Parts: sequence; structure tokens; C-alpha cells
Amino acid sequence: MKVNVSFARGLLFGTAALGMLAGSSLAASAEEVLNIYTTREPGLIKPVLDEFTKETGIRVNTIFIANGLEERIRAEGQNSPADLIITVDIGRLAAAKDYGVTQPVKSEALEKVIPAAYRDPEGHWFGIALRGRVVYASKERVKQDKITYEELADPKWKGKVCIRSGQHLYNISLIAAMIAHKGEAKAEEWLKGVKANLAKKPSGGDREQAKDILAGVCDVAIGNTYYVSLMLNGTDPEQKKWGEAINVILPTFEGGGTHVNVSGLALTKNAPNKANAVKFMEYMVSDASQEIHAEANSEYPIKAGIKVHPTIASFGELKADNIPIAEIAKLRKKASELVDKVGFDQ
Amino acid sequence: MAAIALVVLLPLAALIEIAAEGDAEIWPHLIANVLPASTFDTLALLAGIGLVAGSMGITAAWLVTAHRFPGRSILVWLLPLPLAVPTYITAYIYVEVFDSAGLVQMALRGIMGWKSRGDYWFPEIRSLPGCILVMSAVLYPYIYIAARAMFLTQSASMLEVARTLGASRIKLFRIIALPLARPALAVGVSLALLEALNDIGASEYLGVRTLTVSVYNTWLNRGSLPGAAQIACVMLAFVIGLILIERYGRRDRRYAASPKRHRTVHPVPLFGIRGWIATVLCTVPVLLGFIIPTAFLLRETLRGGLFNQLDAEFLAHFMTTIGLSVVATSTVLILAVVLVSAARLSKNSLTKGSLFIAGLGYALPGTVLALGLMVPLVGIDNLIGTLWRSLTGERIGLLLMGAAGGIVIAYVIRFLSIATGSLSAGLDRVSPSLEDAARTLGASRREMVWAIQIPLMRPALASAALLIFVDCIKELPATLLLRPLNTETLSTLVYTYASRGRFEDGSLAALVIVLVGLLPVIQLVRTAEARPRVAESAGSSASALPAVDKP
Repeated sequence: MKVNVSFARGLLFGTAALGMLAGSSLAASAEEVLNIYTTREPGLIKPVLDEFTKETGIRVNTIFIANGLEERIRAEGQNSPADLIITVDIGRLAAAKDYGVTQPVKSEALEKVIPAAYRDPEGHWFGIALRGRVVYASKERVKQDKITYEELADPKWKGKVCIRSGQHLYNISLIAAMIAHKGEAKAEEWLKGVKANLAKKPSGGDREQAKDILAGVCDVAIGNTYYVSLMLNGTDPEQKKWGEAINVILPTFEGGGTHVNVSGLALTKNAPNKANAVKFMEYMVSDASQEIHAEANSEYPIKAGIKVHPTIASFGELKADNIPIAEIAKLRKKASELVDKVGFDQ
Repeated sequence: MAAIALVVLLPLAALIEIAAEGDAEIWPHLIANVLPASTFDTLALLAGIGLVAGSMGITAAWLVTAHRFPGRSILVWLLPLPLAVPTYITAYIYVEVFDSAGLVQMALRGIMGWKSRGDYWFPEIRSLPGCILVMSAVLYPYIYIAARAMFLTQSASMLEVARTLGASRIKLFRIIALPLARPALAVGVSLALLEALNDIGASEYLGVRTLTVSVYNTWLNRGSLPGAAQIACVMLAFVIGLILIERYGRRDRRYAASPKRHRTVHPVPLFGIRGWIATVLCTVPVLLGFIIPTAFLLRETLRGGLFNQLDAEFLAHFMTTIGLSVVATSTVLILAVVLVSAARLSKNSLTKGSLFIAGLGYALPGTVLALGLMVPLVGIDNLIGTLWRSLTGERIGLLLMGAAGGIVIAYVIRFLSIATGSLSAGLDRVSPSLEDAARTLGASRREMVWAIQIPLMRPALASAALLIFVDCIKELPATLLLRPLNTETLSTLVYTYASRGRFEDGSLAALVIVLVGLLPVIQLVRTAEARPRVAESAGSSASALPAVDKP
């Protein structure tokens, strides 16, 4: 019987907790709010959100959804509370548009700041920060300070390259960019070459690649720029060692620049707080928020003239590739199939 | 009755509907480049876990039941504990500990003076064998618990006879333990494998391309939800196979458990080196599945000074987690009692079918379940919304999706089969004559369920409740996708840190998940371990299977 008593107590408790949840979501309708669905870990954007609330009095509600964000907004339909999508990678932004869960925004403030290559031609999404997909090179074992993406397939790197899963969205976009530059056949050959150079089966995240370089598993790896800054400037002494083991080389495509990707925003189709959402979008390209964002996330600001994080600046000047990322997005499916075709992850 | 089955069928139907939307062009590519490798990886992973977790569970269960050796009395308590540790968390921890730049290898390099990874050999944790080891370490308790219960109830007389006839210890294991364990093995292994199949986080992180991973790639990278749903349907075939194996196992167990009088096993001592070997064999699983993960989390929590995360917000997330789990667990139990009693009373194919369908919820990977649930949930929400608007003129937004109702429904669908399985096993032990007598004496069906079935099912109910509660606390993918704004549970909190590449910062939340999960697991052990003794002193028959009541 003891079990039943504690059970009844638990039931009461649980119902109360649910009631509180329901209550808080209903009470929210009384004040000015903005509801953000994001694939970004909220801690990363919290400083900007807090500043926005302080400035405008608009309360920001967030939900972090890793996969299925677009599906959820579509399923929720007309009653969806979602106003704004914040996500990383062009693939996700393009997917949101393709899914029909976004609406175009016409804003001079946004168009003036964001270069055309980093926003949707129809205004469905806007890039607010850039990250480079670059080469981490062992400080000890790699002497060169320049490299091309193509060179990663050179047999001289045999058994010396590390990378996370080829199917990860960061790599898919990089491979898509390679297809955009060289065509499908050449890109396949390149990918086969990189695979032949791998030191181990693709796995882990970007940080693990730096860790593997420290451990001597490989000499070069592919990773995003901001991770290096997070490792070097974080509180964890072990991660600091991983970051210190590598140099960052900003690679380029032959005859092109460094592959960059965006973090971006999109207004949802049925946004209940549309005005607040647009206000937020415009706030995101203000000097103040671009600075906070660059500082907190170590991404490249999208706005010209904003100071880059010192660690990121130490990698050298970014010469971003010139293919519009909307074009790259279209080639993602092909890239994903290519990864399977060459058995990159096997 | 059938309505409950319908609720379980909702996400399945949605899945099939999405799959039917087409995208046939994707299949040549999948067949040529994806499915062979991922089917192989999936099969290899399942076979590996079956073998490793199976032998860990069986060996440990047999040793602690039939023998006395150093540490046995503590190990009996420790062996089931990995049940409280989520698989994805274990995967992260194992990488931190055993990876090339992890604690162990770094220490080794420091001691041995090796400079780089090329200077020595060390097994790669991010690999298929690594994944098998990691998953086995936390999934073996499913087999251990089932096998232990089976040995406790079944083996006393057989053991004594065999011992009297001079059988060696190894032979005892071979001729008694293994055949006896077969049904328990089927039940435990199929549960463990369903968990493994479901887990996307661990296998992806460890670089194993299972079918589940292919579902994600097809959906997210090739932008084909229909294609993904089609692969998921293929996976369902695997899953139904596993469920059938489990059913088969349970059928045997009922048969095996039917003899009325058992005595408890008197473990015989193992002396000297043999005793210590037994100690090692039973310690290794505990070490791998519980001590290493918990110690790591504790270390990170202390090292990072994470106790300052314990604030009002953390407490709120904690309460949310507990609240959701309690509500979901109670709902599951109520539904399961209805289902099982109905199936017992009327043996027509509709109720039987409903029971089987209720079991399918466990089969769907969490994210697929959540995806499939969203459309019907919002449908209900819109219905309520429209009704409300026409009555009051007000907008109430999304009630289920907006207020955690969606998560509870997902938990219920997912874990219903644990309860129905446990309860039907419990009821199977009850002689139908008892019910017939009640009916003859004029009890209505309801009175009979209330006065006879539910009291008899109470131990089964309790153990099911504990298991489901632990599973709810650990659940990640459906929670992540279905929760309302500004809502975190402990597991989404851990995932949030991990997705930023800062898994260590989530150590406190992970530790709390484990600690909260420990309480029910310990209660489970207490029930299982205590009953034989109680029964013995009462001089009646003993049954230690947590899911089974004594007649």
C-alpha cells in the first residue's frame, strides 16, 4: 500500500507541475512576447536575447529543437506560437523555406547590412553571422600555412586526415560547395581522395578532431572556426590543450575563397507576433547585437566594420568564397548522395 | 480498449501516410549505397549487443544465484544499477574516457612516454565494437534481471538433484542455467535490442551507421521525409521480429513458471581463485555500466564546480522532469490495467490484437514517434480550439502541444508495452479458477477486476511503474521535439550542453538523472531480492520475478 500512497502524492505533484506549465503559456498572451524556435543551443544566443528584452520590453520565449523544427511548425499550422526560426547552416534555412513554413520579409535595414550572397533572394531567410569551414593543422607536424580544399585529397596526406561524419550538415554544405565549383564528377573524385587519406572512420564532433590531432591520430582535420575560439577561451583546461595543439589554416578553393556558412533567421508563415519578430530581426543586425554575437559565439559578424573576436582574427583575414550560398543549398542532396556513394563514412 | 490501440496506431498511421507520399526515386540510391552497409551495421550491432550484454547478464545472474563468493552480497545490489544510466550519456562519457585524447590514453602516454597515437595500440572506442561495448554496459541489466528472477524461482530442486549427482559447476551452468535462461534471455535481449535500435545519439556519436542513422540522413540531408519514413517502415519489420521473439520467450516463461512449489536456491560457496574469478566477472559489468559513468559525472561536476548550477531554474527543470514522468507513468498503468484485464476477460481477437498493437509503441524510435504524433495532436488541438472559440469567442492556442500534453502522450505510447507485458505476465500466474469462482459467486466484471485482478497484479504494477518511471526520466528524442516553449527536462538540458560540444557542463544534470533513476531501480532490486526470503519464512512458494505475483 505504501507504493500507492507515494504514488498518489506524485500524481498530485505531477498534475500541479503540468498545470503550472499550462498556466505560464496562457499568461504569456497578456504581454508583448516573441516566440523563437531554434536549432541553436539557447545559451549561445542568450546574451543577445537578454539585451533585446532589456531594450524593447518584449519577453522572448525559446525552444531548442535539434531535428524536426520545420516539421513541428508545419504540423502546428495556423495556431503555431512560433514567430521566428533561428538556425545554423544554409541547409536548414533553405529547408524551412522549401517546407513552406516561412514568409518573406521586406526590410531595408536587413537588406542594407546583409550582402545579397547571404540572404534569400525572395527574403525568406537572412544570414546574421558567418562561420568558416577550415583546416585544423597540427602545430608540431604541419609546417605549411596555406592549403586548398582540393589538396586534402592529395596522397601526401594519406592516413593523416580527420573529419566528422560526411553526413553532418557542415560537411554536406562543404561538399555541395565543391560540387558547385568543380561539378559532380570532380567532386566525387575529390571526396574519394579525402576518404583515402582518412586516419580513422569519420565520427565525433569538430572538437574531437582537434583532440585527435593532439593525440597524434592525424595531422590535419576539418572543423568550424568558432570551435577553436570556444576551446581556447573556455574554462576547461583540457579543451584548451586541444585548441593549443592546432593552427587554423583558412583554406580556399582553387580559384575561389574559404567556404563559409551562415547562422540565420526566418519569419514563420503564421507568426502571431509578426511585428515583434521583424523588430528582432532588425535588432540582430544592429551594431550592438552584432558585437555581442561575435563576442559570445566567435562567429564572423555579417555586418561590415564590426570587430571580429581576437582569436578568430588571429587566423588571418577571411576571404569568403563567392558562390551564393542559396546555390550551394540546392546541391546538398547531391552532396549527401555522394557521401553514400563513395562510402565516406564506412 | 480498441481506442487505446488506436492511440498507439496514430503515429504508426502517420508514419505510413508519410511513407506513402512517395519519393520512389530515392530507393535506387538507397539500395545501391546506403541500405546494404547500414543493414549490416544494424545487424552486427544487434548481434554484438545480444552476445555481449546477453553473456554479461546471464553469467552474472547465474553466479550470484548459485554461488557465494567475495562481494556477492553487494554485487546483487549493484548489478542492476546501470538501468538508471541513459545510453547516450554513456556514449559521451566513454569517448571522454577512452578516446585517443581521453583520460585513459593520455595517462598511458604520460606514464609510458609515448608521443603519439601511432606509438602504441589501443582499441578504438568510436567504432562498431566500441558501440557494442558501450551499449551492452548499460543494457545488460534487462537480461540480468529477467535471468536472475528465473534462476531464483526455478533452479532450487534441479540444482540440488544435479549437485547430488555430482555435476561439475560448469556443467551445472550448461545443463541448468542456460536452458532455464533461454526464455529470460529472449525477453531481456529483445528489450535491450529494442532500446539499442531506438538509440540514435549513441550510435551516431560512436560512428556506427545504423538504419536509424540512415533514417535521419535521408530525412535531414536529402530532404526526404517520405524516404525516411519508408526506411523507418523497413525497420519496423526488425522490431516486430524482436517483439515476436519476446512473446515467444514469455510464452515459455509462463510454462516454466507454472509448477506450484519452489524453494529458494541455496548458493554454494566458491573458494579461492574461483571465488575471485566470479567476483571479477560480476564486477566488470557494474564497473562498465555504472561506476565508470557515475564516477566520470561526479568528477566533472566537482572539477567544473557545477554545483552552482543548482538554482531555482534547475529545480524547475527537475520538477518538470518528475512531474511529466509521474503523470505519464500513472496514465500508462491505468491504461495497461484496462487493456490487460480486458484481454484476460474476453479472449476475442480484437482485444488480443489491441494488446499486440499496444506493444508496437515501444518499437518506434523516439523522434519518429514524435514526428508521427505531431499531426494528430495538433488536429485534436485545433478541434478543441475551434470548439472553444465557438463557445467563448476566445483563442486558446495549442493546448496539448502548448502544455506538455504531447510529451505525456508520447511517453504513454512508448512505454505502454512495458506495463502490458509485465501485467499480463503477472496475471498469467493467477489461476483462472479464482476469477471463475468470483464470477460464480455473483461478482460483476468490474468487481472482479477491482477485488481480484488488481490486488493480485499489485507487485507487477509496482515494478512496471518503477521501470516506466526510469524510462520517462531518461527519454530524450520525443521530449526534445514535443516540449512547449521555455520547457526543459533534465535530459534535454544534458543534450543542450552536448549539442554545444560542452557535454561536461551537463554533468550535474546527467548525474541527477542517474540518481533519480537509482531510487526506483533500488526499489526494484529490493522487491526482487526480498520476496524469496519473506516467502521462505512464510513457508509458501516463492517468486522473485519482479513482474510476477506469488499465487
